[in-house]
Amino acid sequence: MNRLLLDSGSGGRASQRLITDLFVRHLDNEILRRMDDGAVLDMRGPVVMSTDGYTVTPLFFPGGDIGSLAVHGTVNDVAVMGGRPRYLSCGFILEEGLELDVLERVVQSMAGAARRAGVAVVTGDTKVVPRGACDRLFITTTGVGELIAEPAPSGHAARPGDAVLLSGTVGDHGLTVMARREELSFISDVRSDSAPLNRLAERLITEVGDIHVLRDPTRGGLATTLNEIAEQSGLSCVVDEAAVPVRENVRAGCGVLGLDPLYLANEGKLICVLPREKADAALAVMRSEPVGMDAALVGEMVAGAPPRVTLRTRMGGQRLLSMLEGAPLPRIC
Amino acid sequence: MDFSASFQNPELCRALLARLEREMEAWGRPARFMEVCGTHTVSIFQSGLRSLLPPGLTHLSGPGCPVCVTHEAEVALFLELAGRDKTLLATFGDLVRVPGPDGRSLKHAQADGARVQIVYSPLDAVRLAGEHPGDSVVFLGVGFETTAPAVAGAVLSARRRGVTNFCVLSCHKLVPPVLRVLLEKDQGRSRSIDAFLLPGHVAVVLGLEPFRFVAESHGRPAVVAGFEPADILSALCLMLEQLRTGRPAAVNAYGRAVDAGGSPAALAVLNQVFRVCDARWRGLGLIPDSGLTLRDEFASFNAVERLGLSLPDTAPIPGCRCGQVLSGSITPDQCPLFGKSCTPRNPTGPCMVSSEGSCAAWYRYQGANPAPAR
Repeated sequence: MNRLLLDSGSGGRASQRLITDLFVRHLDNEILRRMDDGAVLDMRGPVVMSTDGYTVTPLFFPGGDIGSLAVHGTVNDVAVMGGRPRYLSCGFILEEGLELDVLERVVQSMAGAARRAGVAVVTGDTKVVPRGACDRLFITTTGVGELIAEPAPSGHAARPGDAVLLSGTVGDHGLTVMARREELSFISDVRSDSAPLNRLAERLITEVGDIHVLRDPTRGGLATTLNEIAEQSGLSCVVDEAAVPVRENVRAGCGVLGLDPLYLANEGKLICVLPREKADAALAVMRSEPVGMDAALVGEMVAGAPPRVTLRTRMGGQRLLSMLEGAPLPRIC
Repeated sequence: MDFSASFQNPELCRALLARLEREMEAWGRPARFMEVCGTHTVSIFQSGLRSLLPPGLTHLSGPGCPVCVTHEAEVALFLELAGRDKTLLATFGDLVRVPGPDGRSLKHAQADGARVQIVYSPLDAVRLAGEHPGDSVVFLGVGFETTAPAVAGAVLSARRRGVTNFCVLSCHKLVPPVLRVLLEKDQGRSRSIDAFLLPGHVAVVLGLEPFRFVAESHGRPAVVAGFEPADILSALCLMLEQLRTGRPAAVNAYGRAVDAGGSPAALAVLNQVFRVCDARWRGLGLIPDSGLTLRDEFASFNAVERLGLSLPDTAPIPGCRCGQVLSGSITPDQCPLFGKSCTPRNPTGPCMVSSEGSCAAWYRYQGANPAPAR
């Protein structure tokens, strides 16, 4: 098996070979092919920019891998800011000894994800660190896009009475990665929802309009993101538990582990907050896209201090949906 | 269809709630109930059931969260072990955030370089030991009668497979003895607990027999219940009905999981590996015959013997009223530290440390302020 040597990060011939034979070959586009120190981009108007680092164990999981995740995650961050994502940069931190075919699969996956999302990876960097200095492979991507929403959606823009829409089921990604990482054989058939949301976000902005808030509930899940929106807007949010879509196998897996799907990461879901009268139109747009098939109206923003997120439970009770202190941990019994 | 979903059915729950309200009216006085299982605590909050209880019915969370009742001296011992060379700690996840006497937890130890591995089953710890032949793998045995049989099974498996670098630091606790202590303290007219919701998981292992004294010697209704909202509601109805009719009894209302005789297989494994010993409970102190330690025959799997460990002396936490919360004499929000100096981020006492702790659940689902209006 071919493994990565420290030489490949030396900046010499070995580095160059890695870049041309692997990165440029798969991520190929006109700008990257020039092999300059950076990229000259043709963009108009205000630019949205976002950056994110990706570390995930295992590197490959049902529904995606670190490569597709690194593209979708940053594309989605630009998209929910009201941007039309155009270009990505990517930085790789690679561990000495990494299997080259693993790296190739990751880069191929990135290339496919970028193609499907309609973005180009135009510049990048590779470092190889000694064995043990990182866990196989870390990726950082930065995305830029043109602002298409005026004003840009923001957590501060939520208004009392606004509807809170969710583009589909929650908890799939978080549970999938945990189940694979911990080799929990009793959790089966779960699949990450990792997907690009830029097409859906753009359609919401251009076809429905008046989008107050767009967010992707990644780490910390739906509950955490709604709390962030509540804090930013100074409003409270009331969520209807029965309306939040959760796949049956995700619900069952969470039940065994004592986890709450509302706190698990998603990588292909949107929260959209907009005036109530636009909710139906937005839901129709969401449901017409494969990534939004299970979209639902899950709650509303209401005036009321202090800002808090309340869940109306299935049996008609109420409880807080507060922010967690750290990552959710499975319980003892 | 998911079988448990039928016990979450909103119509069924509404009907049971209406029945509970009628029972409460018929009883005509305030009632204070206690559950002694972290899963019940969380279920009652998470389902929103708490916000729907009829006025006058107070539901308390007792010493049912295994992480919370783990004594600070035991946590101090975990931390001491974590600092040792060639030692790998294997633990259930929710233990890693529990602070010891100096506020440090296994999370801090991990950041300092300690090797702490979260496992989902004690058998995973045996596997870890096989993978790390040069290390001592110490499984932190925390939990009640529910987890102890699985830990015992892991010890038997290690012995069968000749895994010699695996051992257990047993901090297991037993539920009936702590109930007995609570009841002995809670006597007379000013008693704070009128009836007990008994832990379904523990009863799966123990059966009903070890809980009969709650009703027979102490005159309190005691109902073994499952964990779905309808399970809990119907158990609460039974408890009120017993109060009203003055006929307290220990009843199994979780027949789909609990046999009156418990699980002979689980009990056999548990008793083969463990024997009863005294144990220290956080907030409650030393309780005779309330813990489990490995039998002499399994001394080589007993971390205490093998690694020459002893529980350090630790001072009680100043101002902490967790003991009173656990014994039902106050609710979490009646503690002056609650939500102020004691929060999930910076817990002072044990009830705030685990997600299943009474104070942590109260804080998380109800907030530091009074409950939201119905």
